[in-house]
Amino acid sequence: MFHSKFNIQSFKIEIEMSQNKEILFGLYDDETYLMDAIRIANKEHLEIDDVYTPFPVHGLDHLLNLEESRLHIAGFVYGAMGTLTAFLFMSWVFTRDWPIIFGGKPYWSVPAFIPITFELTVLFCAIGMVVSYYTVNGLGPGVTIPTLHDRITDDKFCIAFQTNGASASDIGNLKEFLSKTGASLIDSKVI
Amino acid sequence: MSAVVSPIREPLITGSKTYHDITEDICRPTETAPGLMWTIAMAVSVAGLACFAFSVFWTVYFGIGTWNLNRTIGWGWDITNFVWWIGIGHAGTLISAILLLFRQKWRTGVNRAAEAMTIFAVICAGQFPLIHMGRIWLAFFIFPYPNTRGPLWVNFNSPLLWDVFAISTYFTVSILFWYTGLVPDFATLRDRSTGMRRKIYNFLSFGWTGSAKHWQRFESLSLILAGLATPLVLSVHTIVSFDFATSVIPGWHTTIFPPYFVAGAIFSGFAMVLTLMLIARKVLHLEDYITIEHVESMNKVILLTGSIVGTAYLTELFISWYSGYIYEQFAFFNRALGPYWWSYFGMMACNVLSPQIFWFKKYRRSIFVTFFMSIFINIGMWFERFVIIATTLARDYIPSSWSYYVPTWVEIGIFVGSIGLFFVLFLLFTRVAPVVAIAEVKSILKSSGDQYRGKNAMPHHSHHDDDHGHH
Repeated sequence: MFHSKFNIQSFKIEIEMSQNKEILFGLYDDETYLMDAIRIANKEHLEIDDVYTPFPVHGLDHLLNLEESRLHIAGFVYGAMGTLTAFLFMSWVFTRDWPIIFGGKPYWSVPAFIPITFELTVLFCAIGMVVSYYTVNGLGPGVTIPTLHDRITDDKFCIAFQTNGASASDIGNLKEFLSKTGASLIDSKVI
Repeated sequence: MSAVVSPIREPLITGSKTYHDITEDICRPTETAPGLMWTIAMAVSVAGLACFAFSVFWTVYFGIGTWNLNRTIGWGWDITNFVWWIGIGHAGTLISAILLLFRQKWRTGVNRAAEAMTIFAVICAGQFPLIHMGRIWLAFFIFPYPNTRGPLWVNFNSPLLWDVFAISTYFTVSILFWYTGLVPDFATLRDRSTGMRRKIYNFLSFGWTGSAKHWQRFESLSLILAGLATPLVLSVHTIVSFDFATSVIPGWHTTIFPPYFVAGAIFSGFAMVLTLMLIARKVLHLEDYITIEHVESMNKVILLTGSIVGTAYLTELFISWYSGYIYEQFAFFNRALGPYWWSYFGMMACNVLSPQIFWFKKYRRSIFVTFFMSIFINIGMWFERFVIIATTLARDYIPSSWSYYVPTWVEIGIFVGSIGLFFVLFLLFTRVAPVVAIAEVKSILKSSGDQYRGKNAMPHHSHHDDDHGHH
């Protein structure tokens, strides 16, 4: 599903894995029709390329057998990095580099380090997770991904099949599936 | 939010909306020219912003002496305003983050605007620590960067520095959280526009397509950011309270400040959200999305946090007497009966007495009463910070050092101007971005729209029960 182009000059990476994908898609008017259609597609062992919705639909991840996101693991790691950075840095500054007596407190005043340690944990975790999120999604400022239909971000729910190299009867099969499950629009597009 | 909604809940979206209606209604203010009300409001706000710029210039050029800060009164309106603005900002995070964790669907009507309010309030708040430094061109000194003066580091033990990290983190995380939710909505705007407008929203929407996998990660990210933002908002205002609590001055050196400040922040923040929302829903015709249910829920939060603040005031009074410590006893005697007695009674009336009106359902659900209350509470909370700062500093340990503080035109200009800055940002926001979270409101339509719930609900077919299950 990676079909975006990054122009990162320094890395010279062009992720163009699915250039010229032929897509046959159907638009549904309601998420309940979409869910029923996906159940039927699963029963008939049809391979869905992707599903697009205007808002997150509950139960969809389960129906599509999407793997659970591992963002929280990344978040934990980033947060831990923040904790260590803050705590070790402050400890080094006030015990090794330039120890100063503040208000008669010991050089290594751990309670005083807690607020900044906490803040940096949250900061690293949030920034790290958000950057990771956009990276794995293939999204970012300047990224343009061709969309199938303008109403998908409005009120239509879309099931998309990839039809590169499919026979006419296969395509006919898919079209029949889409119309019998109640798609209000069936179309194809090259993206 | 896949929890089943109780059948006795009132609908959160009125007007029998479809998904397309939601898109149209919320996108409309960004697609049509501004009306007279917006233009007048913007003109007044720009005038305020100009006042801010001029007063800040005067301060930086002539110095902090242009404020009436004098011996023992090191902080006046500057830190009062700082704490006031930061407190206001906390409601946005609470609505987005804490109400998400509590699965309160009503947050979807107000969270986008509340988060925007948080960001703009933090921008306004951040001006004050900067300009009160005096030598603002050396502001970067507060950050620990390697330098050739030793290297000379900042004082990590000082709450003033903890503030630097707390406010910076709070600002960054708020912007990230807000923008994450805005990306799908910008995609909606993108797909409805053409030409240059489409290019701009395409850039802003980061290429969002609505793919199921992206939504899955979106929900995961939102939940974790909410989980992060919750302790963050609690810690930020706690750290702000430490600016006072870690000192030795009677009236400041008290352990009640962290919960007192946090409750007060939520209290004043919700009042500001209500002030903004009551106007916005009228002017932008969003009454079907920001309903009386939303207003009532926010009033309940105001009643709760106002009562906590009131309890904190009474606790302070009791403890100051119970401690037997003459300086602490005097500090509170002075607040109520000293030269600033009028600010103390203003604070008590606005913060403790007036929210009690919300015990009555009739007033909780009255737009008129709510609007005036929200203004009173904002004023009352400003006075609370003023009472804490100015009255305490005016009468501390040694009577020969007692003084009195009155603001100068420069400080008044900065404060009034900061309100102008805030409204300029907010009014611009209402024109370029959707004021209500489009995708989130759509996701609660089936469970909370008035054709599915409440008095006007149509009898539903079994089809519609699918919105909560895995099958």
